[in-house]
Amino acid sequence: MTEPTTIAVAMSGGVDSSAAAAILAHSGESVVGLTLQLWDQTRLAGRHGIPEAPRAGRCCSLDDVYDARRVAEHLGIPYYVVNQEERFERDVVRPFVDEYLAGRTPIPCSLCNNHLKFDQLLKTARSIGAARIATGHYALNEYDERRGRWILKRPTDLAKDQTYFLFGLTQEQLSRTLFPLGRMTKPEVRAVARQHGLRLAEKPDSQEICFVPGGDYKQFLTAYLEEQGEPMPETAGELAAPNGEVIGQHEGIFGFTVGQRKGLGIASPSPLYVLNIDPESRRVTVGSDAELATRTLRARRLNWISIANLSGPMRVRAKIRHRHEPAWATLEPAGEDECLATFDEPQRAVTPGQSAVFYDGDEVVGGGWIV
Amino acid sequence: MRRVYCDANATTPLAPEVLEAMRPYLMEEFGNASSIHLYGQQARKAVEKARETLARFFRCHEAEVVFNSGGTEGDNAAIFGLVRAGDHLITSAIEHEAVLRAAERVAKRGAQVTFVAPRADGAIDPEEIRRALRPSTRLISVMLANNETGVLQPVEEIGKIAAGAGAFFHIDAVQGAGKIEFDVDRFGCHLCSISAHKMHGPKGVGAMYVRRGTPIEPLMVGGSHERRQRAGTQNVPSIVGLGKAAELAMEKLSDGTNERVAALRNRLENGILQIEGTAVNGAGAPRVANTANIRFEQLEGEALLIALDLKGVAVSGGSACHSGSTEPSHVLMAMGLGKREARASLRFSLLRTATEEDVEQVLKVVPQAVEHLRALAPV
Repeated sequence: MTEPTTIAVAMSGGVDSSAAAAILAHSGESVVGLTLQLWDQTRLAGRHGIPEAPRAGRCCSLDDVYDARRVAEHLGIPYYVVNQEERFERDVVRPFVDEYLAGRTPIPCSLCNNHLKFDQLLKTARSIGAARIATGHYALNEYDERRGRWILKRPTDLAKDQTYFLFGLTQEQLSRTLFPLGRMTKPEVRAVARQHGLRLAEKPDSQEICFVPGGDYKQFLTAYLEEQGEPMPETAGELAAPNGEVIGQHEGIFGFTVGQRKGLGIASPSPLYVLNIDPESRRVTVGSDAELATRTLRARRLNWISIANLSGPMRVRAKIRHRHEPAWATLEPAGEDECLATFDEPQRAVTPGQSAVFYDGDEVVGGGWIV
Repeated sequence: MRRVYCDANATTPLAPEVLEAMRPYLMEEFGNASSIHLYGQQARKAVEKARETLARFFRCHEAEVVFNSGGTEGDNAAIFGLVRAGDHLITSAIEHEAVLRAAERVAKRGAQVTFVAPRADGAIDPEEIRRALRPSTRLISVMLANNETGVLQPVEEIGKIAAGAGAFFHIDAVQGAGKIEFDVDRFGCHLCSISAHKMHGPKGVGAMYVRRGTPIEPLMVGGSHERRQRAGTQNVPSIVGLGKAAELAMEKLSDGTNERVAALRNRLENGILQIEGTAVNGAGAPRVANTANIRFEQLEGEALLIALDLKGVAVSGGSACHSGSTEPSHVLMAMGLGKREARASLRFSLLRTATEEDVEQVLKVVPQAVEHLRALAPV
């Protein structure tokens, strides 16, 4: 096969992964560019208000594959698009739909990272003769001799920190992954892109979930279930106050997220927030901002990075959603593949389905999925 | 690294003689073949000389040769030019996308379409075409040779069925051009499309045989070029190139090239079949000489294709989807293969200039790559 030193770079057509590819290609490494084709952006076009023509600048859109290919051509590296649509649908889209239908708020990017971006990409890389992969994520990883473990750390540019989405990486995956942007700031990355003559240096960052057009997940759920020939499950129920008093009706639990304020359909003198969604009784409990705060969370399906296992209480800072400032908490084991985090200060909107990621300073201790 | 190109069914390099023939028409002989002056006359002469050659190639009259932009245009023109709302179209499930998508479009516009499935060996059973006939059947469109498996289709029998039913018959002959002899009367077709670049001619040019009196509505309208059958300034250098390519193809069909290519293909196929868990798709049916479609059990064809490319062996697999990744082949799935089996299949198609050294190189690289992939993990 190719030289064992070959690095496969995951290229999305965005600035970050393009810059990562440019840095490696210009450092003299043997580099192959790969784009995972994950979702056909035209697949649900025309259903339930989803636009006929997909918007530009979305992952897996033709424009992005075109951009990635142009970058690879510019850098003079071999480039291939690998079709992983079936696996993406099975491991990311379907769980995303099922989580919403069960009243939780899923986080597809982490699932995608675990199953596609790292697991599948590494498999593909090895099958074409590349022992390592590189991505444009903002994160750092290094081997710690003393602990004998690969450590995932927050990057230099904390505003772009993506470690929250990477907590599921195994030691094997970390040992085979390079993050060339870990010590760079976004402006530096754009400068590198410009310096290497990449025309997409000024391309805006993508923000939304790549397969949900315009970020309207309810529209996506409806269109996807219709395409699958599955009825939208009946999950209408009651809106209730924390004391159990019924104060209204709702049309389906999938329309709610813990912490949500808009779209509750209830007039109230003070702002109301979703406190809890109970998929069994289909009851959505709403209350004041103060009632939204909780002191504890349980997480399951854990992955530990800086430690081999959680054997006793540990002081960490816990991050419970992408834009959340990690908060001090005490972590302790709580049964089979579960742990309990008790915050020093109550935290707003602990949301089932999101992940909780635990930090010790800059290091990612590990994380799990909020129950 | 020694590179071997095994993707002749995708495209072929220009033959040096073709480039030589084209050269004057790219530069000094630049006239518009529709112009009245000397420049125009020179260009027209070249176009008509090419038409003569193509008439020999198809074994038809010169007036029955229409130059166009290639296979896709020919396929589209046949279907859009003949099938109207209420008409019935019979085609097969293993056609090229240029036929399949055109068939879907006329279906959307009110025509009825039957897609006949092939037998497990990749050949269409003419009886299935007969069974699909309706009083409203206007057109039957079946390919001469399948691009993925190389399987030759029984066009002569289908031609007879079409004649008996009073239906028009179009042959997408893109993958047969330069590989077998043409005789449109023997084929019994009214329309027959070919493309120059599959037989060492330039890209973006092709020709279509249109039997006299076939009431085909032109796809392109405008000037009165090509006897009003295809508007647009004639692409003189490319048409000249197509003429030269057709001439060379006819020569090669009788000078032993085909037999030599077949022997190389068989050697390649037998060599690869030494690897455990391999099989030839379409092995039971008659095939063109250069194509081998091979299934590698327990293997992801896309990964093997990339690995082979990085080792200098260019092959193809499935059909390229919109983004350039591959979808499992609709042809292989129509033959009854599962998605996984279809994904595990790759096409090797040899150029007529292929050598023994090429085949030896492929047989050196492929077993290693397969072994490496299988050692990693089962799919």
